[in-house]
Amino acid sequence: MKNWPLWEVFIRSKNGLEHRHCGSLHASDATMALENARDVYTRRMEGVSIWVVPSTEITASNPDDNAEFFEPASDKIYRHPTFYELPDELKHM
Amino acid sequence: MSDREVKNLEEMFDAKIARDEKIEPKDWMPEKYRQTHIRQMSQHAHSEIVGMLPEGNWISRAPSLKRKVALLAKIQDEAGHGLYLYSATETLGISREELYEQLHSGKAKYSSIFNYPTLTWADMGAIGWLVDGAAIINQVPLCSTSFGPYARAMVRVCKEESFHQRQGFQIIMTLAEGSQEQKEMAQDALNRWWWPSLMMLGPLDAESIHTEQSMKWKLKRKSNDDLRQQFIDQTVPQAEMIGLTIPDPDLKWNEEKQSYDFGEMNWDEFWQVVKGHGPCNKERISARVNAWENGKWVRDAAMAYAEKQENKVVKQAI
Amino acid sequence: MNNNLIQYIYGIADNSLILGQRLGELCGHGPSLETDIAMTNISLDLFGQVRSYFQYAAKLQGEDVTEDSIAFLRKEREYKNVLLVEQPNKDFAYQITRQFLFDIYHLLLLSELQNSKDETLAAIAKKSIKEVSYHTRFSSDWMKRLGDGTEESHNKVQTAINDLWEFTDELFHTTDADKVMISEGIGVDVSLLKELFYKKVNEILEEATLQTPDIKYFQKGGKQGIHSEHMGYLLAQMQYMQLAYPNMNW
Repeated sequence: MKNWPLWEVFIRSKNGLEHRHCGSLHASDATMALENARDVYTRRMEGVSIWVVPSTEITASNPDDNAEFFEPASDKIYRHPTFYELPDELKHM
Repeated sequence: MSDREVKNLEEMFDAKIARDEKIEPKDWMPEKYRQTHIRQMSQHAHSEIVGMLPEGNWISRAPSLKRKVALLAKIQDEAGHGLYLYSATETLGISREELYEQLHSGKAKYSSIFNYPTLTWADMGAIGWLVDGAAIINQVPLCSTSFGPYARAMVRVCKEESFHQRQGFQIIMTLAEGSQEQKEMAQDALNRWWWPSLMMLGPLDAESIHTEQSMKWKLKRKSNDDLRQQFIDQTVPQAEMIGLTIPDPDLKWNEEKQSYDFGEMNWDEFWQVVKGHGPCNKERISARVNAWENGKWVRDAAMAYAEKQENKVVKQAI
Repeated sequence: MNNNLIQYIYGIADNSLILGQRLGELCGHGPSLETDIAMTNISLDLFGQVRSYFQYAAKLQGEDVTEDSIAFLRKEREYKNVLLVEQPNKDFAYQITRQFLFDIYHLLLLSELQNSKDETLAAIAKKSIKEVSYHTRFSSDWMKRLGDGTEESHNKVQTAINDLWEFTDELFHTTDADKVMISEGIGVDVSLLKELFYKKVNEILEEATLQTPDIKYFQKGGKQGIHSEHMGYLLAQMQYMQLAYPNMNW
């Protein structure tokens, strides 16, 4: 028989915040994955909402592609507010 | 890839770690880095779950409800820590089942200290105070180790572990302040756990094989001897505070180096236990093997049930 | 001092105490790390409830009585838990079945107890009900996995349900103390929960493809302090420190 597959666990620590990846665990199905996540990752009131995703369902970018994926953004400094020099008298913009 | 290209990659890799950048699972890494991390992280995970057994021995006999729930919660945390560490190790392309297999066959090691028996309630205090104390000294620097999943697991572990040592010290302190019988129980536990705790911090630097490489990869920040000195210097005043005596006639404050000198450890005993001949090596492994083998039908049942449910959904969809 | 109230509290709390103790034995030996952690959570919840009940019972008695003297220093006959919860951890099928049968009962009991005229008991019940709802979900899900899993698991859990069924009827017996407490609006008349209990249990068993045992003879005695042979050994461990080293602080 197959082993229990791996699941990734995402927890919202309180309303208003996003779910964040906090770890993984093994479970036979989604119901058990949720229950296990509750028992493993929220023992100290760490969460108000849990997502579980089968690890195999995640498509990840390849670090070999990092140059073409992420570096082209580095010279687009005009996307950042500090690119625009304005007089000091102009507050709050 | 040519040798030259590999060498180039390795130099870039080392430089990245030197700049304090993290290595993530899908990044290129030298095969030795991967293997070393699988070995160390799984050893760490095994230590957590084998470490549940000596303390688990006292759950049923804990002397008060308050102590019982604290002990249960602590041991459960260790299961959690084992789980975090196994998960982090799995990112390197090895399954938890394979790691268990290595533990059960004796191929993988775990911390030798858990091969000593827990004979009295005071041992729960001594383990929390000394064993967790030594573990914390080892673990805190790992929160900034180079492999991302390991560092993140360790941040979580250290955060949760902060109550463990306090739990243990409070047990031993209560005994030390108690009746004559309780004091003796506390001293006896200190006598039995002191030297194994010192040895838990690893062989002498002169005899340690992996240190230099481990330093470079930030798997280690300080040498074994430095860690041991740190542990002794912080623990001796704690023992004095509660009126217990460290079982080392050579222990003496050294004014010049501003730390304690201490006696020689019994390394023959250390290697005997490491090699599998400690008082409880066989019991510990057989307890783990039994849990895993007796649980097989349970895990299989859950998988079979999950597959049946999935088939039902598929059928309904058609 | 209201002796009936104290006996009534023991009747409820001792179930959590003894089941918590049984679950505590399993810590470190579960079929998977995740399941191990989950079962320990249940044990911790139960001990938490026990402490609330016993602290209240200790306050009612005053003098030298503490939660620990109640938990650890009674004679076997003075423990009032049902026979079901003291049954040993034979295998995972027994552990889950025992848990499941108790959880269904426990949840029904607490749902009524939260309306008790005794404010402390009502408050403890209100808090515990959230925990026990989760226990029920956990054990019911596992009943289904084992029942409708493999042939081996099906057989094991069917054996467990057949063997443990004879301990279910006792859950709905009322003691003399219970009767007084019921008449005062403090206690729950558990005999009224029986029908709903078997209905809920049967629903899950059916979903789990398990047979409801057709048994007409039941065991009883725990509520009167007449336990099974297993109880003495459980207490010998639980009381070991208190008996070996009397009158000390830990």
